[in-house]
Amino acid sequence: MKEYRLHTLICAGTGCVACGALDVKEELEKEIVKQGLEDEVKVVTTGCQGFCERGPIVIVQPGDIFYQRVSKEDIPHLVEEHLLKGRPVKSLMYVPGPEKPPIPTMMDIGFFKHQRLLVLKNRGRLDPENIEEYIGFDGYRGLEKALAEMTPEEIIKEIKDSGLRGRGGAGFPTGLKWELCRKSPDEIKYIVCNGDEGDPGAFMDRSILEADPHAVIEGMIIGGKAIGAHKGFIYVRNEYPLAVKRLKIALSQAEEYGLLGKDILGTGFDFPIEVIQGAGAFVCGEETALLKSVEGKVGRPRPRPPYPTEKGLWGKPTNINNVETWANVPAIILRSAEWFSSIGTEKSKGTKIFSLVGKINNTGLVEVPMGITLREIVFDIGGGIADDEEFKGVQLGGPSGGILTEEHLDTSVDYESLTEAGAIMGSGGMVVLSENDCMVDTARYFLNFIQEESCGKCTPCRVGSKRMLEILDRIVEGRAEEDDLKKLKILAEKVKKYSLCGLGQTAPNPVLTTLRYFEDEYKAHIEEKRCPAKVCKNLFKYVITDRCTGCTFCVRNCPTDAIEGEVGNKHKIIQEDCTKCGTCLEVCPVDAVEAVDNE
Amino acid sequence: MEKVEKILCDYVYDESKIIQILEEAQNEYNYLPKEVLEYISQNLNTPLSKIYSIATFYNAFSLNPQGEHFITVCMGTACHVRGAPMVLERIEERLGIKAGMTTEDQMFTLKTVNCLGACALAPIVVIDGEYYGKATPQKIGKILDKYQQKETTNTKQKEQVK
Repeated sequence: MKEYRLHTLICAGTGCVACGALDVKEELEKEIVKQGLEDEVKVVTTGCQGFCERGPIVIVQPGDIFYQRVSKEDIPHLVEEHLLKGRPVKSLMYVPGPEKPPIPTMMDIGFFKHQRLLVLKNRGRLDPENIEEYIGFDGYRGLEKALAEMTPEEIIKEIKDSGLRGRGGAGFPTGLKWELCRKSPDEIKYIVCNGDEGDPGAFMDRSILEADPHAVIEGMIIGGKAIGAHKGFIYVRNEYPLAVKRLKIALSQAEEYGLLGKDILGTGFDFPIEVIQGAGAFVCGEETALLKSVEGKVGRPRPRPPYPTEKGLWGKPTNINNVETWANVPAIILRSAEWFSSIGTEKSKGTKIFSLVGKINNTGLVEVPMGITLREIVFDIGGGIADDEEFKGVQLGGPSGGILTEEHLDTSVDYESLTEAGAIMGSGGMVVLSENDCMVDTARYFLNFIQEESCGKCTPCRVGSKRMLEILDRIVEGRAEEDDLKKLKILAEKVKKYSLCGLGQTAPNPVLTTLRYFEDEYKAHIEEKRCPAKVCKNLFKYVITDRCTGCTFCVRNCPTDAIEGEVGNKHKIIQEDCTKCGTCLEVCPVDAVEAVDNE
Repeated sequence: MEKVEKILCDYVYDESKIIQILEEAQNEYNYLPKEVLEYISQNLNTPLSKIYSIATFYNAFSLNPQGEHFITVCMGTACHVRGAPMVLERIEERLGIKAGMTTEDQMFTLKTVNCLGACALAPIVVIDGEYYGKATPQKIGKILDKYQQKETTNTKQKEQVK
């Protein structure tokens, strides 16, 4: 293989690509040729680096020099200074705050320093479309060990001993699930990878599939061997075209290398994998619904038992695990259960990936050891709350999860502690909320989501969620009555208790946790017709204060012509015409627009 | 119906691949015309009602023709808390349609999506595959101006050619 003096790694995850990473790459390649460096510098496109807030990201190796928010225009200077003359460019480095010096290397940046990468270890260091790079970093060695040196029972024991639990949210012990499926008496068995990551604000699985598809494939083949399965399916969400593309490339390369398909590594074990692209239905993340969808049917769930490990795809025993769970498997087999279980807490082993989003400075994807505190994630890794606002809460687990508050910041991140506090580990969505977020509006948001995605099969979910949403609509619109809160609580309990599948059973959670910790806010909406965070449109108004210099900027930008005023005179908002779109607030150069309670 | 026939052939008339078949048919026609569904039903020997139930259950399918420009507004949690509802409202106002609809002149189709997983750019609007991150009602107004101007010029040019 050709040796290069320098490698430039460009993040080509969805976030960076959306910010123009591919243009940056093109320019970089052009400029390298222009400077005659094409034999010395290699350009590699990698999977998601995780630090999406700072995209597009370019890393120069050796030296681990981290460049952020790189634009096409920065490239000529970067190539000449760093790649040609060897002088790193300070102006493109990460600066942790005002008056602070730039941080040159990746691992010195707070966002990366506190993470522990097991599943995402290959993110940003290899080209996901090149199997040789994966193999170069110990790839498929776990599979080799499993096939050549271990019996299926030994593989299952290793996974059981490691303490690995399902990363899709519920935390069921993976090894135990494998064992149940292995013991199901049937000639034909299947395994499935659940990549129907539907929780809004969560993109862990997308990132793994885009950055390191071979890890998932390797994990599945090992699982296939252990369970005695005949075929694997990877079900990927419709909205992730890049992940599907990379998976397909990875599968064909693995097959070419004899690592997939017939007679894997000459051991006589046959195991093909097929990618199935979903068609946009949130409920298909629920395992029984997902199986229906793989079979080409309408994805509606069915009651369990029987569990898929007994009756799954086409009535055959089927083992379903989430993307992150599968990606954990190769390293456990290669490095041992003992190594894996040394990370984490007593009952929650290993790491967990979270997508850290919302009102946070460092939006991105983070992998942390179990047992870390929420405070460390939000403040040390996440860099605290954006725009100097106050922390209010963190929403975990999407529409099935709950909101935790200031008092829970020191809670250990593990399955048990989070459940005890009223949230769930969930698949890994972590939405940070600030003082300017309304908890009633947030709860309404999730319930509206569930209501739209309810498949309609069972009445508690279909009708119950609709009635709950109507109550929340009344509350946010200022039409609620005193006993609405009581009705909401009763309905929430019923929907939780009587719904058929996980979607309905967990649907009231965002409402219940916000009620538990922020009942005052609900009461302010109902009794005082007031939205303390100034989010619910009917319950506040915008006014122009004396700071107004009369620049007419807002007058000209208001889409509904709801502001009157002339140059030099203080402007006024005509409340009847105002739609509260917030444009005036956005464009005012002197912050003269304020949201206040209705009289 | 040659195109549908080819898709059916690619999937060896396998009924269990109906979702993929419909996905490809939609890519081909930009929506699922009734005749196409009927043709698939006859050739897969599957009741039309069953195909209809799949085509209406999954969000990815559309039974109506879609506009020339496709606007997707992300309504994920991160986008929601950073103001996506206002952005959507502005687009709806400008185009005179609600999410899920197509403008009368067939120029724009407006859709919402639950999460694109690019939360650092929240709120996000995607127009014809182009990402517009950190959108605000004001910014999106300007972006729409650009598309609508382009359309007006195109129409004028077409008229001149005629």
